[in-house]
Amino acid sequence: MDTLEITKKKTVSEPQTTTSISGSEAVLEILIAEKVKTIFGYPGGAIMPIYDALYDYREKLNHILVRHEQGSIHAAQGFARTSGEVGVVFATSGPGATNLVTGLADAMIDSTPLVCITGQVFAHLLGTDAFQETDVVNITTPVTKWNYQITDANEIPSVLAKAFYIARSGRPGPVLIDITKNAQLQKFDYKGYVKNNHIRSYRPKPNVRPAYVEEAAKLINSAKKPFVIFGQGVILGNAEKEFKEFIEKAGLPAAWTILGVSALPSDHPLNVGMLGMHGNYGPNVLTNDCDVLIAVGMRFDDRVTGRLDKYAKQAKIIHLDIDPSEIDKNVKVTVPVWGDCKETLPLLTALVEEKTHKEWLDKFEEYKQKETEACFDKDLRPQSGKISMGEVMNLINEVTGGNAVIVSDVGQHQMVACRYAKFNQSRSNVTSGGLGTMGFGLPAAMGAKLGTPDRTVIAIVGDGGFQMTLQELGTIMQNNIDVKIVVLNNEFLGMVRQWQELFNERRYSFTDIQSPDFVALAAAYNIAGQKVSERADLKKAIRKMLESDSAYLLEVMVGKEHNVFPMVPQGCSVSEIRLS
Amino acid sequence: MSDQNTNSTSLPVTGKQEFTITVYTENQIGILNRISTIFSRRKINIHNLNTSPSEVPGIHRFNIVIEETEEVIKKLVRQIEKQVDVLKAYFNTNDEIIWQEMALYKVPTDVIVEKVKVERLLHQFGARVVAIRKDYTVFETTGHREETDKLIAALEPYDLIEFVRSARVAIIKDSRGFHDKVKEFERRQPGEEVIENEFLDKQEEVFTM
Repeated sequence: MDTLEITKKKTVSEPQTTTSISGSEAVLEILIAEKVKTIFGYPGGAIMPIYDALYDYREKLNHILVRHEQGSIHAAQGFARTSGEVGVVFATSGPGATNLVTGLADAMIDSTPLVCITGQVFAHLLGTDAFQETDVVNITTPVTKWNYQITDANEIPSVLAKAFYIARSGRPGPVLIDITKNAQLQKFDYKGYVKNNHIRSYRPKPNVRPAYVEEAAKLINSAKKPFVIFGQGVILGNAEKEFKEFIEKAGLPAAWTILGVSALPSDHPLNVGMLGMHGNYGPNVLTNDCDVLIAVGMRFDDRVTGRLDKYAKQAKIIHLDIDPSEIDKNVKVTVPVWGDCKETLPLLTALVEEKTHKEWLDKFEEYKQKETEACFDKDLRPQSGKISMGEVMNLINEVTGGNAVIVSDVGQHQMVACRYAKFNQSRSNVTSGGLGTMGFGLPAAMGAKLGTPDRTVIAIVGDGGFQMTLQELGTIMQNNIDVKIVVLNNEFLGMVRQWQELFNERRYSFTDIQSPDFVALAAAYNIAGQKVSERADLKKAIRKMLESDSAYLLEVMVGKEHNVFPMVPQGCSVSEIRLS
Repeated sequence: MSDQNTNSTSLPVTGKQEFTITVYTENQIGILNRISTIFSRRKINIHNLNTSPSEVPGIHRFNIVIEETEEVIKKLVRQIEKQVDVLKAYFNTNDEIIWQEMALYKVPTDVIVEKVKVERLLHQFGARVVAIRKDYTVFETTGHREETDKLIAALEPYDLIEFVRSARVAIIKDSRGFHDKVKEFERRQPGEEVIENEFLDKQEEVFTM
């Protein structure tokens, strides 16, 4: 019972004036008060009052009409990931709302802050199987951080204030607010908007316990072979600087998950590469060689750990996380450092000794040499045969210099994109990590571009995933969204095909997929494009794409049966990683 | 957090046993679903569940009984506590709590009148008469599951008409200060009112399309 306490009293400044407005107008006023500028949405019967009110707010709120609600929520995710702000979605009841479910699940598992507002049938019709009625609150409960149904307009200000606070605080996540049509239409006394910064039952972050920080520092100081693995927590906590100072002072090699990647520049001398199933050789093998493993803002996903009973058994493990339920969830921890890493990392940095661990770092270098010879040389710079995905990424790096935002879909190209892409700054890699949502790439790239309009945004997608959400080309056309789309076409559902080749005796069960003429398709949407099949044309084509001042589609025909290596086969230990 | 109340158990990590989870929550529509999906998602059966207002208005208390290993239960309780509308969650083994279940038995009145044995049985189990009608009589017992089970078995040959039992309610032995803390918590920042749907019976009065 000792932690059941009020941390700080909410500061309430009672707004003065009262005006009678509709629930719909209140929703829009609140979005403006929350400094929301962009909304991704799709209208429909039950959310029409909000859209009607939006007509008068067109100058203040930029609403992007998508082509499918799944597109709206993935776009909002991309927006949130690059901008660091809460992504906002409007959808109607029934099918509109159910089309959000995949995106909610994706945002939940990848901790992306979203506020989704769905229209709902009139309150008196709830439970009558009314037209386009679905029990959205119950459907979305397991895939939202919080959700709520509003049936009375008077609830709108306080509930939306909670929604924004919950979405962005602590470990971020998606929130869904379902508003019945009567509440949208209802006139009520709007007393202004007060942001929420405290909910009595909700603890966004646990208290830091200095004893654990000291214990962790002691372990790090005594370590001969310390190894840091980091995830998106560093980015979500805006702790990139604190993280860099920590590893630099203690001389710690650091490897990343695919959501954490851009938190540390690719060319940083302590950046030793990617973890997990298709990660780098050294970080995987040496996980089972290090003596102290320091996990920062990551959650030991099974694609990162491989077999748990053979995962870092020799090491003492320190886990820094803002979410107490992550401690000991998958991997038993020696020292839990609960808290926001923005606060805990500097405490740790202050206590760790300055070291270099040169010998240990050299070991990573050795493994890097081995894997470069075994895999990367032929993957990044092949001299013959079909174009490889790796060389496309390599040339993109050359042309962008690592300054672009890379958005990937799911599959082989995702692993290649995440592993090879160079990043100079944080919030530059957007991908569906936890859920592995095919179709995420294109809509997320639109949102990513709107979240950071001054940067180049490149969507790397496969021929399979692209066909899941390519209707969003319409959104790109209508709103002139400057995204560069690279379709890596191997005429297969490549990742599944790779598994079928390696584990199912090449029984290619329904992985051979035909595609339309993607360049012609883009042209139908007034988007320029080019198809490349020859190595000699590739670099020029990439340049042309990046020099164009609007959306562009580049289709690259890559080797049909190329595989992604290194690979930790499922059910194997990370140290059993294969180079071929 | 939850692991602060796990001190007294030193169980082997393998092997399932009965645990009682106590959860203090906001009184909010949907919180029951949010908590129950934490179990159903993992295909864990809830043996019984009681939810009702605590002694402090605005705060609800859940008792959930499940059978699991301590390892699993720790993770479940952390997931429960993570929910925005949950104030606090605890888990306890049976030796850390005092608990009771209530049961009601409906038996034909003539059987009781005719058969002394039945009357003796009811006495023996400490059953209390709740209602007597011409055709049936309702008894109540309060106790542990095994006791009520025994009485059902004993009444089986005598035309038991209907039976029902409540979920477990449990008091934690080591709960010093709980009441004051919950009271103080509510006093310092009262909970929000539950807003229910006021329109369900107004279907014919509202124009819609």
